[in-house]
Amino acid sequence: MNKPDLDFVKEHFAKELPYVAALNMRFDDLTAGVAVMTMPYDARLVGDPESGVIHGGAVSALMDTTCGAAVFSHPEASMGTATIDLRIDYMRAAKPGCAITARAECYHVTRSVAFVRATATDGEGDTPVATATGAFTVERSAQEGKA
Amino acid sequence: MNRRPPEPVQVVKQRRDAALAALLGSVPFISFLGVTFDRRGDELTAILPYRRDLVGNPMLPALHGGATAGFLEITALIGLSWGMLWEQVETGAIDAAALGEGWCPKLPKTIDFATDFLRSGLPRDAYARAEITRSGRRYASVRVEAWQDNRQRPHAQAIGHFVMPQGPMA
Repeated sequence: MNKPDLDFVKEHFAKELPYVAALNMRFDDLTAGVAVMTMPYDARLVGDPESGVIHGGAVSALMDTTCGAAVFSHPEASMGTATIDLRIDYMRAAKPGCAITARAECYHVTRSVAFVRATATDGEGDTPVATATGAFTVERSAQEGKA
Repeated sequence: MNRRPPEPVQVVKQRRDAALAALLGSVPFISFLGVTFDRRGDELTAILPYRRDLVGNPMLPALHGGATAGFLEITALIGLSWGMLWEQVETGAIDAAALGEGWCPKLPKTIDFATDFLRSGLPRDAYARAEITRSGRRYASVRVEAWQDNRQRPHAQAIGHFVMPQGPMA
């Protein structure tokens, strides 16, 4: 299977996916099975007007994208992947004004499923803002299936 | 019989619509995603009108899972908040006409949110409804289901847990 170079993916992925671009996410790092992405603070993404804290829905998008990228970059997984399920635990409110960075690791891949976990931080203290666990599809070509 | 005449229908509608508009208008992320709500009595249906901006896989194309998850979380949070607000507006504890620009309602906080992606999100409008399975004084559990063309074939479902705000919403 020919996968594009990870540096190429890092450069283009975020720009070519409309929702990822709308949230201004960018790659910090992408290596085999591990992705790190940052979403800058944006007043349009606020979920709690009283505190200015970013909506969980925007954090979900960052988590889903970063987890998807971790699957995508895994040597045993394929180019295409889709989320089967994603669970997010919100440990604390992200600090208003701070960018959120998610690090996702694809820690196991079977013939059809990729397992991923992720942590999001805002640079304040040791407690993450949120953690996520998810299962993603692994699409294989017919030829690979026979191997 | 000394019965009060029923309120004129426009007065009732105006009050409820004003309260819902004030609630939705207070959360920037709802307008960012473009989510609107259709109200029938106290029942809400959330609508996510299709926009190219919401696509996550341009090849298919399919809605971004994060857009779908965000839509479901908004539906759950507004479902919970609307339940509280409805009661406080209908009993007269809150004057809906006084809620406007700059109102910062006390909203529930998400503890966790788990989304099942059942089908790929098609490039068209999506709808969702929240069902509050348990609503206690401090915690609430909410189930959300979202569909597109066919109500019987949901494209996503979610379960979320929330910490409820204490005291009146305004």
